[in-house]
Amino acid sequence: MSVLSAQHLRKSYGDQAVVDGVNLAIEKGQCFGILGPNGAGKTTTLRLLLGLIAPDSGQIQMFGHAIPQQAREVRQRVGVVPQLDNLDPDFSVIENFMVYGRYFGLSKTEIAQRIPALLDFAGLSNRADAKIQDLSGGMKRRLTLARALVNDPDLIFLDEPTTGLDPQARHLMWQGLRRLLNQGKTIILTTHFMEEAERLCDRLVILDHGRLIAEGAPRELIAQHIEPCVTELYGENIAHWRDSFAAQLCARHENVGETLFCYSSDGAALMQNLHTQTHLRFLHRPASLEDVFLKLTGRELRD
Amino acid sequence: MSRNYLTLPTLSLRFIPVWRRNYLVWKKLAIPAILGNLADPMLYMLGLGYGLGSLMPSVAGVPYIAFLAAGTVCYSTMNSATFEVLYSGFSRMHVQKTWDAILNTPLTLDDVVLGELVWASTKSLLSGIAILVIIWALQLQASFWLSLWIIPVVVLIGFCFSGMGLVMNAVSPSYDFFLYYFTLVITPMVLLCGVFFPVSQMPAILQNIAAFLPLTHAINLVRPLMLGHIPTQAWLHVMVLIAYGAAGFYIALGLTRKRLLS
Ligand SMILES: Nc1ncnc2c1ncn2[C@@H]1O[C@H](COP(=O)(O)OP(=O)(O)OP(=O)(O)O)[C@@H](O)[C@H]1O
Ligand SMILES: [Mg+2]
Repeated sequence: MSVLSAQHLRKSYGDQAVVDGVNLAIEKGQCFGILGPNGAGKTTTLRLLLGLIAPDSGQIQMFGHAIPQQAREVRQRVGVVPQLDNLDPDFSVIENFMVYGRYFGLSKTEIAQRIPALLDFAGLSNRADAKIQDLSGGMKRRLTLARALVNDPDLIFLDEPTTGLDPQARHLMWQGLRRLLNQGKTIILTTHFMEEAERLCDRLVILDHGRLIAEGAPRELIAQHIEPCVTELYGENIAHWRDSFAAQLCARHENVGETLFCYSSDGAALMQNLHTQTHLRFLHRPASLEDVFLKLTGRELRD
Repeated sequence: MSRNYLTLPTLSLRFIPVWRRNYLVWKKLAIPAILGNLADPMLYMLGLGYGLGSLMPSVAGVPYIAFLAAGTVCYSTMNSATFEVLYSGFSRMHVQKTWDAILNTPLTLDDVVLGELVWASTKSLLSGIAILVIIWALQLQASFWLSLWIIPVVVLIGFCFSGMGLVMNAVSPSYDFFLYYFTLVITPMVLLCGVFFPVSQMPAILQNIAAFLPLTHAINLVRPLMLGHIPTQAWLHVMVLIAYGAAGFYIALGLTRKRLLS
């Protein structure tokens, strides 16, 4: 049975359908990703799943309970990392755990027992008494994640956990999430980093204008939508090269500004040709989730 | 299936962690906070009471400062409750997003708003008691034992104005908005409801308006208790304070549900 499932979810603001017929099923122990451009409805979907807002129509079950009717009971087993940090600035790191644990009805001794492990998880063992304002962005994000673990949740919601973090901080966050998955916890996360989704997610959906436009494991989605190899060509004579060779050497190609994207199944013939074209610069790489994302959602800005 | 924002509040003891959170923050700066809240009403009471009072034979049959003492307890309690739900409450709801964090736990918005209401009432009780202590020290009350009854009345006053203030909090786009509430509601009450002079000194029309304002009813309870009488029509005044507070809480909860949970 799924830990969390939703059928035909709909939510509109005014006449804008922000979530438009979403179906999901998340299995225990999975890392489930929700990708989508800005304004696609990711945060709204999470808020619906958490029972913070009621859908216009559709059903949600979490741990076999109906949401939002039984959201309060279910949230005892859930941890949430919101898109924007809302750590309590009136308290120190350790007091944040204390105060937050109380909201779950935990006793002082229970929380105190958990704090060392949580501090360690967040990499903040030596900053236990620091004020929130004195923490870096990465520390705050890790603390927000550790705080979400204070009730030892089975299911963790993360809304863009690594947005705004530097590569070091991001890798640390990923390690933390992997540890949680290894402990058997279920994770649902939204992200704008395709690399993050590719590394962490067992399954993911792509959401656009409130609708699911793709669903599957990252590798499956890449195999399904994009040829295995992508070559990006830059330079002044691209148009000329394209007219002479593209049809013959690329399974598919597209022009984006000054760049020509060339999709092929192995690219050997293409490589041979390109090594003779000294005036062109190029990058040859395997197809990625980002290619899928851009193919399905288009390249225009959303807001 | 959309949520009905006007369903009755679900009241439960789960509000306690919310109350406790605010208490822990307050405790860090308790002494300066109490002294800061006390300074303003105390200076008014002493300055006007002795300064202006020396020019007047008596007001309503007692020295002016004794008259003013009851008004000061009421308006200082009102101010304390109002400031707490308006400025501090808004900061927790809108600026720091503390409420959003709490809503991700098993607590509901009903718990949060109730916690804020009880907390603001608690804090204003402390303000009211602080003024009472000064009054007792100066022996401005007629009977100490009767004046102890002022304490439960202060709780009611705190409840009343916390509930009303939460409505402003629910609809406010920013801190600036609260100025309207002070200019249009709080200040007129301070001037019309008998804090500084008896309501009976005003023209009939203003007296009629004052009769509808909650601060008048608060003062109608506290002043007799301060001057050694049992208040007349006490239940009416108690019911008015409860009604304003309860209606405020209910409306505020509906508006806050709409604001945060839609
Ligand atoms: N309470 C609300 N009232 C009106 N419109 C809203 C509300 N909440 C969200 N929206 C609108 O719904 C759309 C989806 O918002 P949502 O926050 O779910 O997007 P998102 O996918 O999380 O975007 P981002 O990647 O930028 O975080 C946006 O157009 C947003 O303006
Ligand atoms: Mg979002």
